[in-house]
Amino acid sequence: MLDKLRARIDDALIAPVRPEVWKRIQAMDAGQNEFGYDPFGFNPESLKYIIPLAVSLYRHYFRVDTYNIESIPDRGRVLLVSNHTGQVPLDGMMIATGALVEKKPPRMARSMMERWVPSIPFISTIFARCGQVVGTRENARILLDREGCILVFPEGARGVNKTYDRAYELERFGYGFMRLALETDTPIVPVGVVGAEEQMPSLYDVKPLAKLLGMPAFPITPTWPLLGPLGAMPLPVKYRIYFGEPMQFEGDSDDEDRVIGVQVEKVREAIRGLLQRGLEEREGVFF
Amino acid sequence: MTKRSRRGRKQRVVITGIGGNLGRAVARRLHRHYDVIGIDRRTVRHMPKDIEIEQVDIRRRRVEDVFRREDIDAVVHLNIMHDPRTRQEEHHQFNIVGTQKIFRLCAEHRVQKVVVLSSANVYGPDPRNDQFLSEEAALMGGQKFEAIRDLIALDMFCNTFFWRHPEIETVILRPVHIVGRVNNAPSKYLRLENPPTILGFDPMVQLIHVEDVVTSIERALTPGIRGVFNVAGPSPVPLSFILDELGRKPRPLPEPMLKSMLKTAWTLKLSDWPVPELDHIKYVCMVDDSLVRSKLGFEHRCDLSAILREVEKGPYSR
Repeated sequence: MLDKLRARIDDALIAPVRPEVWKRIQAMDAGQNEFGYDPFGFNPESLKYIIPLAVSLYRHYFRVDTYNIESIPDRGRVLLVSNHTGQVPLDGMMIATGALVEKKPPRMARSMMERWVPSIPFISTIFARCGQVVGTRENARILLDREGCILVFPEGARGVNKTYDRAYELERFGYGFMRLALETDTPIVPVGVVGAEEQMPSLYDVKPLAKLLGMPAFPITPTWPLLGPLGAMPLPVKYRIYFGEPMQFEGDSDDEDRVIGVQVEKVREAIRGLLQRGLEEREGVFF
Repeated sequence: MTKRSRRGRKQRVVITGIGGNLGRAVARRLHRHYDVIGIDRRTVRHMPKDIEIEQVDIRRRRVEDVFRREDIDAVVHLNIMHDPRTRQEEHHQFNIVGTQKIFRLCAEHRVQKVVVLSSANVYGPDPRNDQFLSEEAALMGGQKFEAIRDLIALDMFCNTFFWRHPEIETVILRPVHIVGRVNNAPSKYLRLENPPTILGFDPMVQLIHVEDVVTSIERALTPGIRGVFNVAGPSPVPLSFILDELGRKPRPLPEPMLKSMLKTAWTLKLSDWPVPELDHIKYVCMVDDSLVRSKLGFEHRCDLSAILREVEKGPYSR
């Protein structure tokens, strides 16, 4: 009886996802072994625990539009490099959901999580089953060597936490992703997310308070902390995700920062171009 | 095919700690191609007839006679104690002094090859670990689990020996959790009807069957092979998957509760699980075994279902 109940819960979970999309996701090849797990513990079947939420946000809350998603190669190693915005980092989830539900065949965009995440109960297991990987260089290398797809945000927290006056400006990029791409000979697909900046426009970042609370930033937005916890909800803005053409780089991964920086700048320029296009094309923030 | 030494006779191999389950498995495989001499302080039973047994503690003087009497071509050093109940000093003494003694004898008597069985546990489970640790990874196992420090010290000692005596081919094998018809901690855990697990944690684990470990030891005896090698079996799976396959009904408990329960059980001598070993069912500690596969030509024979079938059978009765 318990099994029956379980089956029904499972059916209910995947209800928001169209059956053919779910079939494609189940049949996806992300390097699983004969038992359905990849070496990092990813199991496409487990996506059903997260995908209802992700798809609801994707389709109904942020009503995401993707452009040129075919530029993610169907197979083979690839790095998705995106801008990172919006105080609450939901952009990663939306890009990954897009790659799963819009693209045929679907790709699992893996992202790298903080090193302390595996020490949190439940979260550690769920994240691992849904394809998240502990963020060490070696892990990224293993993933790419296994022809995986990794999503990275070279701006890191700098991008997420910036105030609204610098919306759609790109912060300084880290160089690690470029060294990784050069070392493993991986193409880079630039990604531009337009819309997320407006989900929580930060007017001011109260740095001392953030430090006190041990948070990366303490943003003041028009609704937060004015409306209490409700104000911390991201606004229902419309996301537009632009994928650029794959870029291939050549060179020595151990080169000086000066040399690597030039190539990083090319990727940054490409993302800037995508953002520009998105900002020109969109007619409003919420629709 | 019988291995011939340079002197044109069957090669002679000394196996220390031959009385254990693993020692016996190694002996049974090696005695077909080698002359095997076993050393153990325990009484050794169920051994093929052609194996010569010397019942002596390896720290004793009499061990030297074994090396004096015959020309030894290789030593397989398995005489490493893993008993959490033994006093820490005795444990350390036995493992370190014993190993040191064996190595000194090998150097003095020009033994060409020494194979030491360390363990992948020397890396230690940790949330910050790479998913697959290479042989160069730091040996962090001791940061929380004291009882493993002598194994780390031993591993390090073998490494220094490697540099001090380049004429001797030293091979250090670091296998992942060895399971099968043996009586070690991982096998015992998997045999529990209701194994406790930590609520909310389900790490990926690697297992290897005893016979595959024996194969890797056999391969390590190949002339020209030296260095440190991680050894793993079939591809990793989550712990819950293994317990599921075995038909176990795990009892997930919150970590603090499990810890205090285990601690009480340990004090009352109801259980022999050291509390820090809980990390093995919490965090990953997996190894990259590409080197052993490419350099030693090692291939595992037992797939996961075969391993689990063997675990079910229980240890060989003594």
